[in-house]
Amino acid sequence: MARLASEYQGRDSVLRLLAHFFRIDPPLFLALLLLSATGLVVLYSASGQDFDTVLRQGLRVLLAFAVMVLLAQVPSRSLRLWAPWVYGGGVLLLVVVLLAGDVGKGAQRWLDLGVVRFQPSEILKIGIPLAMAWYLSERPLPPGIGRVLIAAAITAIPCVLIAYQPDLGTALLACCSGLFALFLSGMRWRVLLGLVALAAASTPVLWHFMHDYQQRRVLTFLNPESDPLGSGYHIIQSKIAIGSGGTYGKGWLNGTQSNLDFLPERSTDFVFAVYGEEFGFIGAVLLLLLYVFLVLRGLTIAVQAQDSFERILAGSLSLTFFFYVFVNIGMVTGLLPVVGVPLPLMSYGGTSVVTLMAGFGILMAINSHRRLLA
Amino acid sequence: MAVRDPIRDHYFEASLFRSRAIFAALICSTLLLLVAGRLFFLQGVGYSHYETLSTSNRVRLMALAPTRGRVFDRNGVLLAENQPTFSLELTPESVPDLPGTLARLRELLEFDEEDVVRLRKALRRNRPFEGIPLLNNLSDDEVARIAADRHRFPGVDIAARLSRHYPLADLTAHVLGYVGRIDERELQALDPNNYSGTSYVGKTGIEKQYEDLLHGSVGFQQVEVNAEGRILRVLEDMPPVPGRDIYLTLDITLQAAARDALGDYSGAVVALDPANGDVLAMISRPTFDPNLFVNGIPAATYADLSRAEKRPLFNRALSGQYPPGSVIKPFLALAALETGLQPPGRVQFCRGYYMLPNDERRYRDWKKRGHGAIDLHDAIAQSCDVYFYDLALRLGIDRISPYLEAFGFGQRSGIDSTGEAAGILPSRAWKRKLRNEPWFPGETLITGIGQGYLSATPLQLASATATLASGGVRMRPRLLAGVDAAPAARDTHGAQVLSRVEIVNEANWQHVAKAMEDVVHHFLGTAFTAHSDVTYRSAGKTGTAQVVAIAQDEEYDAEQLAFKLRDHALYVAYAPAQRPRIAVAVLVEHGGSGGSVAAPVARRVIDAYLRERSAASARED
Repeated sequence: MARLASEYQGRDSVLRLLAHFFRIDPPLFLALLLLSATGLVVLYSASGQDFDTVLRQGLRVLLAFAVMVLLAQVPSRSLRLWAPWVYGGGVLLLVVVLLAGDVGKGAQRWLDLGVVRFQPSEILKIGIPLAMAWYLSERPLPPGIGRVLIAAAITAIPCVLIAYQPDLGTALLACCSGLFALFLSGMRWRVLLGLVALAAASTPVLWHFMHDYQQRRVLTFLNPESDPLGSGYHIIQSKIAIGSGGTYGKGWLNGTQSNLDFLPERSTDFVFAVYGEEFGFIGAVLLLLLYVFLVLRGLTIAVQAQDSFERILAGSLSLTFFFYVFVNIGMVTGLLPVVGVPLPLMSYGGTSVVTLMAGFGILMAINSHRRLLA
Repeated sequence: MAVRDPIRDHYFEASLFRSRAIFAALICSTLLLLVAGRLFFLQGVGYSHYETLSTSNRVRLMALAPTRGRVFDRNGVLLAENQPTFSLELTPESVPDLPGTLARLRELLEFDEEDVVRLRKALRRNRPFEGIPLLNNLSDDEVARIAADRHRFPGVDIAARLSRHYPLADLTAHVLGYVGRIDERELQALDPNNYSGTSYVGKTGIEKQYEDLLHGSVGFQQVEVNAEGRILRVLEDMPPVPGRDIYLTLDITLQAAARDALGDYSGAVVALDPANGDVLAMISRPTFDPNLFVNGIPAATYADLSRAEKRPLFNRALSGQYPPGSVIKPFLALAALETGLQPPGRVQFCRGYYMLPNDERRYRDWKKRGHGAIDLHDAIAQSCDVYFYDLALRLGIDRISPYLEAFGFGQRSGIDSTGEAAGILPSRAWKRKLRNEPWFPGETLITGIGQGYLSATPLQLASATATLASGGVRMRPRLLAGVDAAPAARDTHGAQVLSRVEIVNEANWQHVAKAMEDVVHHFLGTAFTAHSDVTYRSAGKTGTAQVVAIAQDEEYDAEQLAFKLRDHALYVAYAPAQRPRIAVAVLVEHGGSGGSVAAPVARRVIDAYLRERSAASARED
C-alpha cells in the first residue's frame, strides 16, 4: 500500500494531472488494474488457454473501467437525486423478471433486452446502498427504531424478490449491503443484536422456503464427503486444487486440477482454486492483500467523506466488496457453503464486473468531489 | 437537505461513522485472517495430503500383463502357447456415422442384430474414447478383409489379444491342465499387484503348479488422465517381464503312443524313467479339450463334461485310486524273501482255493482247477493267488504295511502337479482309527492279492515298479525338466531320491526280477501272449482287480456282469530287463483281464520308447 502510494507521488506530474482531471483515485485505479490483469492471466489458464475467452472478458473489463470513470464524474448530489429512481427501477425490473424473465440454470435471473441480457439483481447491488444512504442520511444519525425498520424494509423487499428467483448468493450479498449501511449509520447495538437474533430465529423458516438444491448445498457444506460425486464434488476438488498448490504453487498453466477438468466451474465461481493451485500460498496471500488494500482504501474514502450520505454509501459499497471476496474464497476453500458468488474482478462474467467497477466509480466520485470542495 | 437540519451534529455523525468503520475494518481483518489461516491449513499443513489426492486424481497406473511362458515337451515340441485372437472394436467418438458404418461392415462380415443391440447398450455405458468390441474371435480371413478396407471404416479397429492355446488339445489335457478366468477365491490368494493386468490363471496341472514361473511379472504404465478418464500422455513405462518357458519331462511321441495303445478304453498310462523319476508319458482317458476352458467354458458344455458318466475331467493317472490286484505280488514276494520268512524254494500246493483254519469261507484262486504244487517263482509268473494268501498270512499285516510303504504305497509321491491322491495302505492302526475295528486275518489274505482296502494310483504303481527296477531307489516323479532350455537326455540333475528300500540280499531281488521276466517271456507267464514276438527282454506283472465282491457260491461271469462292475485290468512293467530305462503302469477300467488287455497297452508304449531310443542312439553313432 505504502509502496503504491509513494510510487504515485513520484510519478510524472502529467499523469497526476490526468488522474486529477478524470477524478480518478490513483491507488484504487492501480490496484483495480493489477487485479483485473491478474484475473485475465488466471482466466487464460482456467479457460484451457482459450484466448477468445480472455479477449471477451478483457472487453468487459474495459467497459467496466469506462463505466467506473464515467461514474467518477458524477457528484454525490446527483447520486442522491438518482438514488430512489435507481432503487425503484431496479425493484420494478425484478418484478418483471419474475413474471417474464429467461430461465438460466433453473433460475429466473435474466432479462433479455434484445441487445444484451442482464440480471436486474445487479442493479440492486448499487441500488440498495444508494437507497439506504439516501434514506438514512435524511435525518440526523443514529436512526431511531422506526427508521431502522423502514430501512430494513427497503433492503428486504428487493432481497426477497431476488431470493425468489432463486438466487441465494446475490440475495445474501444485496441484503448484507443494506445491513452494512444500517450498521454504518450508527444504529444502536441493541437493535442490531435484536435483528441478528431475529435472523437466527427465522433460519428454520428460511430453510423451509429453500429450494432443494439450496438445501443440499448447505448440507454438503456441512459434510462434503457425504456426497463425493454429487454436490460435494465441487468442494472436494476445489480443496484438492488449492491444497496441492502448496507454498509456491504449480506454476501458471500447470495446475493439473484445473487443466485436466477435475475442477468444475473453474473460470467462474471457482477461479480462486485455479489461482491457488497455480500460485500457491504466497500468491493467494498477495491476492488477499490486494483485496484488503481495496477495502481499506474504500473505507478510508468513506471516513474522509463529507456528509453522511457519502459516508454510508462509500462504506456500504466497500464492505459489500469485502463480503464478496470473503464469501467466494470462503466457499472455494470450504469455509462456507457453496453459494453462487463470483470472485470480484477474477471470475469470468460480464455484469458483476460492471456493477463492481460502478461501485468503485462512485467511491472515486465521492473522493474527488471532496477534494474539489476542499 | 442535511445542511438545513438545525439539530444535526455533523461532528458527532462523522465520529460515529468513524468508530463504526474502524469496527468494520477490524471485523474484515479478522475474517481475512481466518481465510488466510484456512489457506495455510490447506496449502501448508495439508499440502502433502492434497498433493497426493491431486496426483491420484490425474495419474493412473495401467497394468501391462506379462506374456505367459510357453510349455514344451522334453524334445522341444510346443504344448502350450499364446495365440493372438482378434476382435473388431468400435471407438464411438471416431465413428462419424454409426448406422452407415454398421451397414458397410455387414457387407464384409456376418453379425446379427443381437451383436448390434449389445454394441448399442455398451455405447451408452462406455466412455466415448474407449473401444467397444462388436465381434470376438475373428478368423484370419475376416481380419484380412477388414484390414484391406480399413480406410472405409474410421473408428473401427482390429484389436489383438493373446489367448492361451494348447495345440495338442486333448493329448495333454490332464497333465498340462489349463488356464481360465481368475475367480473370486483365486483373487484372494493371488498377489493383487502382479495380477492386476492378468485375466488368466493356471487352474490345474502344470499350468497351476508352475503358475509362478509361467506368469512373469506385471509391467506398468503411468498415464496422465483428465477428469473424463481419457489418457493424455504416458508418464512412465515399465514393461512387463514375460513368464518363463518351461520344458517338461514328457515325451510327446510316447504320450501319443500311450493314447493310441489305450484306444477307446477308460484308464490311465504312466511311464517313468527309473533313473531320475522323469514322467515320460502320463495319459488319462477319456479326455477333453483344454482350449474350451481358456476363455470361459459355456455352462452347458461344462455341465456335459462334468456329468458325463465316464468323467473325462477326472485325471485317473494321479487322482484315480484302484485296487492293485496281483500287481502287488512281486512286492509281497520280496517282503517275504527279505524278511527270511519264505525261502524261495518253498512249495505250496494250490487246489484252487484257500481256507483259514476254523473258517468255512473259501478264498478262491483265479484258476479254478488250481496251480498244483507251485514255488515262489511260478507263483509270480503265473500269478497264483493261493500261494500269496498263504504268504500274506505268514507275513502278517504288520510286516506287509511298512514294506509296501517303502515303495510309496499309501502316500503322495509329491509329483509336481495337482490333484494327486494318496491311495490307501491299510494297517492295523489305520483300521482302528478309521473304523474302530480290529484287523481280521481274512483281510490280510486278500491284501496278499491286492484286494480289500488296498488301493493305489496308477502313478504310485509306476513309481513302485520303477523303484523295483532301480534296485530300491525311489525317485520323486517329476514333470518339470528345465526352465528356458530343453533338458539333457536322462538328466539326473535335480532328481530327488524319496527313499531307499533296504536290500538285505541282492539275490532276493534278482529272484523276483527273474520271475517278473518270466511273466513276459515264459510260455506259462500271464503276459506271454502279449509279448510273443518281442525283441527285447522286459519284466512285468499282470493284475486283474475285482470291482465287486463275488458271493461264495457265485461264479464270476464277465459276460453277465454290467460293464461298470467288470474287473479292472492292470499291468506294470519295466524294460529292458537288465538295464531298465522305462517303467510303465497301465490301468484299464473294466478292461477285464490284465494279461490280455493291459499288458498289450504297456507293450506298445515300451516298444515305442525303445524304438525311439535305439533310433536316437543309431543317429548318434
